Amino acid sequence: MKLLVNGKETSFSDGLTVSELLVEQNVKMPDMVSVELNGQILRRTEFDQRALQDGDKVEFLYFMGGGYEAN
Amino acid sequence: MKLTEQQIERYSRQIILKEVGGAGQEKLLSSKVLIVGAGGLGAPAALYLAAAGVGTLGVVDYDRVDVTNLQRQVIHHTADIGRAKVDSARERIQAINPDVTVQTYPVRITAENISQIIRQYDFVIDGTDNFPAKFLINDACYFEKVPFSHAGILRFDGQLITVLPGQTTCYRCIFHSPPPAGAVPSCSQAGVLGTLAGVIGSLQATEAIKYSVGIGKLLTDALLTYNALTMEFRKVRLNRNLRCPLCGENPQITELKDEEQIVCDLKDCKC
Repeated sequence: MKLLVNGKETSFSDGLTVSELLVEQNVKMPDMVSVELNGQILRRTEFDQRALQDGDKVEFLYFMGGGYEAN
Repeated sequence: MKLTEQQIERYSRQIILKEVGGAGQEKLLSSKVLIVGAGGLGAPAALYLAAAGVGTLGVVDYDRVDVTNLQRQVIHHTADIGRAKVDSARERIQAINPDVTVQTYPVRITAENISQIIRQYDFVIDGTDNFPAKFLINDACYFEKVPFSHAGILRFDGQLITVLPGQTTCYRCIFHSPPPAGAVPSCSQAGVLGTLAGVIGSLQATEAIKYSVGIGKLLTDALLTYNALTMEFRKVRLNRNLRCPLCGENPQITELKDEEQIVCDLKDCKC
């Protein structure tokens, strides 16, 4: 399936969850990321269960303040 | 407020813009903008807002100027090392433009003191460097209904969003609560490019000017991200979060509270 991740179209295996996508995208600190799926911010508890579907639009939104590194 | 001849001359390059004009300049001169944090973001924002003729600028900062600040906090000069940041900021603002009235607050913002400060202003610029302060500004601006510009910077990345409380996406719509303490690595890994702070702080000042004059489209319901290495700007569209703990349908936050400070594990860190 194809997903639009942070504006870039990329192919992934079917049934990938949001948590798995964070791993695939090498997000080192998932606690520092909010995920928007098709225009809606997901609850953190949904990351493990939510299976992504072909054409989904995903945005990783990073905490940015001072003194840390998210990615 | 009627513009003097000197003011018409001083601000001529923006008065000539038909979107601003004399009426827009008068609005700027009667507007009040609060800058929280006279640091990397607050410094360029304060300088440009002073030059533009924002009538009242409030500056909040409890810190003193350190040599490591000078790489990006361009409102402070070498001779200011050791001085209160609000004092050097006031001096520079008044040197740029004597039209501006400066109010300084050499305090750390808390749930107890923030509301009485921000309610005196039309617009707030969040130039703070830590999550508890960012959530506190978001929440206080929501309860006081004061619009604000949120921004964050790190290394070569920056981002910002403008919030009209109760009307557009807020910081808590995106980030429910501060990250867990264990998720924040030591400050030694961080760092920031000085010009990045200049870019993002100037964009925040632009939003304050647009809001004060009442022109253009504000950066609401969208997070603008910028990477200095790739020179890419991206605007991520956002919707209000119905489950937002502050401005959602069933808010859990009904009064102002301080979020827990995430303590850096580096001694004497200036992050």
